[in-house]
Amino acid sequence: MEKNVVLTMRGITMTFPGVKALDNVDFTLRRGEIHALMGENGAGKSTLIKCLTGINAFEAGEIHVDGIDGAVVNHSTMDAQKKGISTVYQEVNLCPNLSVAENLFIGREPKTRLGTIDWKTMNKRSQKIMDDLDMNIDVTRNLEEYSLALQQMIAIARAVDMESKVLILDEPTSSLDDHEVEKLFGLMRKLRDQGVGIIFVTHFLEQVYAVCDRITVLRNGQLVGEYPIAELPRVKLVAAMMGKDFDDLEAIKSDGVQDFTNAEVLIEAQGMSHKGTIKPFNLTIHKGEVVGLTGLLGSGRSELARVIYGADRNQTGTLKVNGKEVKINAPIDAMHLGMGLLPDDRKAEGIIGDLSVRENIILAIQAKRGMFKLLPMSKQIEIADEYIKTLQIKTASRETLIKQLSGGNQQKVILARWLATNPDFLILDEPTRGIDVGTKTEIQKLVLQLAKEGKGIIFISSEVEEMLRTCSMLGVMRDGAKVGEIREELTQEGVMKAIAGGGANE
Amino acid sequence: MSNLKKLTSKRLFLPIFCMILVMMVNIIFDLASGNFPFSFFTISTRNGVLYGRLIDVLNRGSEIAILAIGMTLVVSASAGTDISVGSVMSLSAAFCCMLLAGFGVSSATQLQMPLIVGVLAGILMGCLCGVFNGALVAYLNVQPMVATLILYSAARAIGLLLCNNLIVYIRDDSFKFFGGFFGPVPTPIVIAVICVAIMSVILKKTALGLYIQSVGINKKASRIAGLNSERIIFLCYVICGLCAGIAGIVNASRISSADSNNIGLSYELDAILSVALGGNSLGGGKFSLIGSIIGAYTIQAITTTLFAIGVSTDQAPVYKAIIVIIIVAIQAPPVSAYLKQRAAKKALAKGVN
Repeated sequence: MEKNVVLTMRGITMTFPGVKALDNVDFTLRRGEIHALMGENGAGKSTLIKCLTGINAFEAGEIHVDGIDGAVVNHSTMDAQKKGISTVYQEVNLCPNLSVAENLFIGREPKTRLGTIDWKTMNKRSQKIMDDLDMNIDVTRNLEEYSLALQQMIAIARAVDMESKVLILDEPTSSLDDHEVEKLFGLMRKLRDQGVGIIFVTHFLEQVYAVCDRITVLRNGQLVGEYPIAELPRVKLVAAMMGKDFDDLEAIKSDGVQDFTNAEVLIEAQGMSHKGTIKPFNLTIHKGEVVGLTGLLGSGRSELARVIYGADRNQTGTLKVNGKEVKINAPIDAMHLGMGLLPDDRKAEGIIGDLSVRENIILAIQAKRGMFKLLPMSKQIEIADEYIKTLQIKTASRETLIKQLSGGNQQKVILARWLATNPDFLILDEPTRGIDVGTKTEIQKLVLQLAKEGKGIIFISSEVEEMLRTCSMLGVMRDGAKVGEIREELTQEGVMKAIAGGGANE
Repeated sequence: MSNLKKLTSKRLFLPIFCMILVMMVNIIFDLASGNFPFSFFTISTRNGVLYGRLIDVLNRGSEIAILAIGMTLVVSASAGTDISVGSVMSLSAAFCCMLLAGFGVSSATQLQMPLIVGVLAGILMGCLCGVFNGALVAYLNVQPMVATLILYSAARAIGLLLCNNLIVYIRDDSFKFFGGFFGPVPTPIVIAVICVAIMSVILKKTALGLYIQSVGINKKASRIAGLNSERIIFLCYVICGLCAGIAGIVNASRISSADSNNIGLSYELDAILSVALGGNSLGGGKFSLIGSIIGAYTIQAITTTLFAIGVSTDQAPVYKAIIVIIIVAIQAPPVSAYLKQRAAKKALAKGVN
């Protein structure tokens, strides 16, 4: 093993039913470094961590830990801990009603000769650990009396005191504010200087550049590469995560950008927000306009659309539809105002699995008509058949259960559900995910067609080209906030720079 | 072969199969004991009313069938069960009889108010209980089992309170009607048929069935598609309470009294079982009302059969449990998967030869 290396993972491969979650992934961690593990949702970050800590069993590959001969296979988190690999998760996994000292030593309390807990030693040692880390904490007080950040740091202290060589921090900052994050970073740097290897998993680009020394990027279960932080500016990191070779990007201009500033305003959002998912934003959509929302997964692009539609409750600000201020308490209110939402999580929020294709298609119209005005069966069949034909939905019959269809066809059924309601304003969140290339083009054409009919559309997609082709304006999302709008520079390069944000040219 | 397969894959195959199984047991037993083999199905007239084991099953099974209607909807929409229906039956009966007899009167020969007012008030009490359960489950997100556990234990006690700890007898013939006879037919059968018919029409003519199933299968997606998931779940519990109220009145009328401690005792279990026997998943989602109704009468048929065979009242539950275990096991996914696998292996072996 190379000197200074505390952990190597080689050729880790693991499959979930039907999906290759990790495909021949390598990872190397050196002594005294903070190593960021980056990738979009579903890239395989968590799976890799779980393989390391023994929660998931991997199929191929080897793990070597410094000081242990031969390949290491962990069967549980306890197992991993014994080998010097500790993990601190997003949620604090400690007992709030026990004292700080008890939390630090739970499961390994120092004992007296009689076999009872040696409180004196425990408190003394705890206080020393805290003092060593410059943490001003009374270890005899209950954990819950301290802030979330301090609790998080106590969890890390506990992990470190167990003589960890490798410390895994899985999204530790997601519930902390800026000040608390800074404190946590201080602790991380201190530990790094003591020689601990730290794996840092996060969604926040800023934090990576603030504290990390090295970055490993994963995409779709595959290793994209390992880079020293200085060699990977933000734009390139975003490009690597999204799978675009930045240098070779060809600018695809959307033909003839239209100017909508004089068109009739359809939707006007002023300072709308939902606590915890999306910060206050403004957005104006004109009739016939296709507005795209771009940003990394989890940047708030779906959440913004959900607040407008009322799937998440709007907590501040106002929404005007056709110039009139409206209040939306539930999706049905939005539907009566002529809206529709195709959610990105098809399985959880789109399909009604055990109902037939026909029932799934007519569900939204039926909901709009109300319970007592049942759509006559002949009409239901007519609508279902019409959309099965126009959208070319491949199904054995209209009475087939939707869960038996392929993902792409399920998506088309949900699309049909909304088209059938003839909406004025349609939100399409990842409408082309899991759909074959030919159909993708069809859906893009359909979007443009709908816009031509004067409908307003929000189009959200992970594929930038797709949005460049269809949208006349792109809203840029980062870390749960809308940070800008792009109208002129509608190129892949421009979009990526905008997503990466401040310091894009570093 | 393929026809048989088609038949067995039908939704209602199992409930009907179980029903037939119980009838077969009757025939075999009658044969063995030297009776007329089809005495189970024999319907005769005595004193101008219908008489026979089949009529008895239909008559005694009415309450369970009525309860099964509401229970089916509750299970489908909320993936939970309403275990308070038996107690709510008792409360409805108590409230009705208390109003008819007057508070603190243990035996009334004269009604204190028009019969129909008392009966409707009793049924309304059932609805109120449904409102309470529904509010807890739908709007406060309390687990159905926990939410309905409250009235499961409290409703019966409230009933006793209303009746001043007495068994209230109504010695007026008009009150006996609901548990008596409508022409030659036992009234409970008529009431059950009317209830099932009304619910069938509602399911056929409104979108309620679609809404309930949609919410039961995927609550989140239903909300996005514009359904008010909470209100639909709430409504199901109210309907379930209404059914319990009706069943309570029927049961009280049968015995001309409100016996709070015994009316509807452990009926909730029979109602839940009806839903399961009807081929409905207790995990919610798709449902078949007719399946549940067949399930309800199957349970009553089992009980009646056991009594006919001569099993004592104390031991009947043991045999009932054994039969239920067998029926439920046949429907369990691992068993049906195993049977399918065996059939496939056999087919394969045949192909090789």
